[in-house]
Order: sequence, then structure tokens, then C-alpha cells
Amino acid sequence: MCGIVGLFLKDAKLEAGLGEMLEGMLVTMCERGPDSAGFAVYGHETAGAIKLTVRATAGTDLAALATKIGKSIGAPVEAVLHDTHAVLSLPAAKEAAARAALASIAPDVAIVGAGRRMEIYKEVGRPDAVAKRFALSGMHGTHAIGHTRMATESAVTTNGAHPFTTGPDQCLVHNGSLSNHNAVRRDLIRHGISFQTENDTEVAAGFLTYKLAQGAGMREALASTLTDLDGFFTFVVGTDTGFGVLRDPVACKPAVMAETDRWVAFGTEYRALVDLPGIDTAKVWEPEPATVYLWERH
Amino acid sequence: MPTIDLGAVPLRELNAALHALPADTNETHWKVINPRGKHAIAVGLDVPVTVEVEGSVGYYCAGMNKKATVVINGSAGQGVAENMMSGRVHVKGDASSAAGATACGGLLVIDGNASARCGISLRGLDIVVKGNVGHMSGFMAQAGNIVVLGDAGEHLGDSIYEARLYVRGTVKSLGTDCIEKDLRPEHVKDLRRILDAAGLPDVSPTEFRRYGSARRLYNFHIDSIGSY
Repeated sequence: MCGIVGLFLKDAKLEAGLGEMLEGMLVTMCERGPDSAGFAVYGHETAGAIKLTVRATAGTDLAALATKIGKSIGAPVEAVLHDTHAVLSLPAAKEAAARAALASIAPDVAIVGAGRRMEIYKEVGRPDAVAKRFALSGMHGTHAIGHTRMATESAVTTNGAHPFTTGPDQCLVHNGSLSNHNAVRRDLIRHGISFQTENDTEVAAGFLTYKLAQGAGMREALASTLTDLDGFFTFVVGTDTGFGVLRDPVACKPAVMAETDRWVAFGTEYRALVDLPGIDTAKVWEPEPATVYLWERH
Repeated sequence: MPTIDLGAVPLRELNAALHALPADTNETHWKVINPRGKHAIAVGLDVPVTVEVEGSVGYYCAGMNKKATVVINGSAGQGVAENMMSGRVHVKGDASSAAGATACGGLLVIDGNASARCGISLRGLDIVVKGNVGHMSGFMAQAGNIVVLGDAGEHLGDSIYEARLYVRGTVKSLGTDCIEKDLRPEHVKDLRRILDAAGLPDVSPTEFRRYGSARRLYNFHIDSIGSY
């Protein structure tokens, strides 16, 4: 099962309501994925800064951790706390130093995503509860993608929740299951990609990371999954400028898109889209199988 | 005319009310508003009433329909009219995948496009799609007719049994064991009947090409022994 939602705003006036709209969409998809949920929000950027979204076990003092990292790298680290996650903003030039400092000071704290604009949040639990924990409805930005998970290929863990990052300001969510993920994982490990779980989607994310690192564009990287990944999938990827969609050639996994002059939206089911402004007159369609769609803000 | 607002009334109440109708009911025209893409709207009807849905519906709308007419003034999610037995289902917008799946009888009309696997495992329903159908339409279809005024996607009629496929536009590719067949007078006559029933008197049956089973998969072929 699993549910995916995505919203890309063309009209800047809607940006203050991004989180609220995405929360409504995500909650509608609870039934498709009650195990866990996650989302990536592309919010504001500060010139010269990078955001690291980190996740810790409940009760960890992430504000104190930010201060320690700041001291270690000799630069200010600003922390915005959201339940078990924190978004650490620091000078982009200090990213490598901050990652090293984090690994040394708090090796149990995971970096779930990094980028100039992307913030990733994910946890085990019902999607409506997860959205509330992170106060999704108050988040602003240009676009966001979300996922509700019904686990099939691997355990229900926070690490197994989506989105999975594929690089700076990039992430992937997936509805479906991959059947050759073990073989692809072994191959990618030989090429230097590391994995934290037995999860199939993490392999798809690792595959995209590898392709993008080899110089492929997102369109090309997505298209190459059609030949190298076996199984059922609807993939939605977030990038710093927009989002992309790809369904496998059989297209068993449902997908609905809608577009007005103010936004483009993706939903595993149409009912995830019914509260968006102007849905009654939106263009609504199903993405074609084996076809890469990309929406980008220029 | 009863009007049910699915924004206020639980779906189960709507379906229970429709199932409770006696065959000779005077409440023969129902309206459903605010469907909001919900699944299983107006399923399992067994009386000759008309249900009009104002908006787009989710999965399996009008599934298992008998005798009733269900009109969707919007688009339909997966499996619209799946397993219907008789009656009529009319989608004014598009239909998602598996429209009319496994259905045994009646008429399904889709004004827009139908996506993948339209009429999969069809068993006697007539489907008329005014737009295009997606890939694998008519997969393993056993009986009934699929009439497509537009184009058909890849692998049309894969592993088809005795259903008849009529396409006015192009066919991207034919599935395994599906071939083009002659449009003989009896097919023209039958197609005329279906098009008239769908309210398309101006569409000529002779503009269509017919596809069906080559019947090569019906029996085990001794030459294939090496494949097992």
C-alpha cells in the first residue's frame, strides 16, 4: 500500500499555507500507510548557509548539541527544534566539519537530510500524529512531498520511514516494492554507497544518489531506474527546484496528478487532493507509465 | 428526489439506504453530492433506480451493480463498475485503471479516457470509451465488448479469450495472442447496437477495426514442451 502526496506551489501567495495543505493531504492518506510517516519541506534559504536535519532519540538535548557543534567548528550553529528532529543551520563552508563534529560528539544522532532549503522529518506512528508532532501545519515553503508507510519489505522503524535523501536538497518517497534490491544494494556498496537498513526504498535512493554523483541529471537518473530496478513503484522525488514523478511500466501503483495555474499536486489517490484550492476546475490526470515528469521552478 | 451529502452522511448510510430499496420503490432518482473521491460509492445496487453522483469518486464506484443506472458527473478511480451484472454506468469524466473489471453484463460508458487494464478479465459487459484506453486493456477478457473511439495503449487484448475489441483509432501494440480480425456483417450489426445504446447514433461501426483471440494459447502445444 503506502500513500504519497506532493505539492508544488506556483503562486508565492500560497507559500505560507504549504504545511497546512500538505498536512491535510497526508492525513487523508493515513489509511494507506498507518505505520509511519515522513515529509520533506523546501523552505527558505539563507545565503551561504546549509541546513542539516538531524534526528535523535526522544529526550536528547538537541539545542545543547548545536552549541557543542558550533564550538567545535568555530561558527554559529542555529537549531530549530521539532520534536525528535532539529534543523541545524550553519555556514555551508563548514558542512564537512559539522558532520565530523556530530559524528564525534553524538554518533547516535542521524543526519536525515541536508541542503540549502530541504528539511526532512520522519517518525514511526500514525501519519496524523506524526504531522502534529512536527507541527507540519505551521511550515512554509515552495514545495513539499510526504509519505505514509505500510511496511512490506522491511521493519517498521524510523530509519525505514520515507523520505530517503539522495543528495543535497534531494529526497525520494516510494509506493511499491522492489524485488531486486538485495542485488542492487550489494552492487552499490561496492561502488561506495552506504546503507542503514534492509529497506528496498533506501536502495532506490542509493541508486539515484549514485547516478546523480556520476553526473546524471534527475530526469536521466530516474529513467535509469526503469532498467536497473525490478518491481513495482511509483517514485516521487523532491529537488531544490521542484519535484519529479515516475511510475513503473506496469503502473499497478496508483497515482493522480492535478494542476492549476497556482499549484501542481500529486496524490496516490484523488481524495488526497480534494481540499486544494480550485480542485474542482483543476486539470486532473494520471501520470503515464514509464514516463518521467519533472516540475521545476525557474 | 433524495439527495445525500457525503460531506455530512457516512458512506455506509448511503449504501445501506440504497440496498434497502424495494424493487418497486418510488424513490427512483437519487443524487449524491460531495463525493470527495470516496471509495465504494453506490456499490451493490440491485434495483432499477438512477443514482447521480455530482463530482469525482474513488475506487469501485458502482461495483457489482445490478439493474441500476449510476451516473458520475466527474471522474472515477480504479475499478469503476467492477463485477457489474446489469444496468448502466456512465462516467462523464475519465476512469482510472481496471474500469469494468471482471464485469458480467450491462453497459459502461466513459466519456473521457480510461487508463490501464480497462475491461480486464471482462465476462460479458459492454464498455464504450469515447476517448483512449491505457495499456493492457482487455487483458484475459473472456466475453463482452470493449469499444474504443480513440486509441488503445500497449499490449491490447493480451491473453484474450472470446471478448471482442473494437478500436476506431490506433493501437500502440497488440498483446500476446491478440490479432486483428475481419469486421464481418454480424460485428457491424452488434457494434451498431452497442453504439446506439451508448447514445452514439452518428458514429459508424465501419470506422472500427476488430481485435480478438488467435486462440493459440487455448491448448498445450507439444512444440512448447521444452519451455517447461
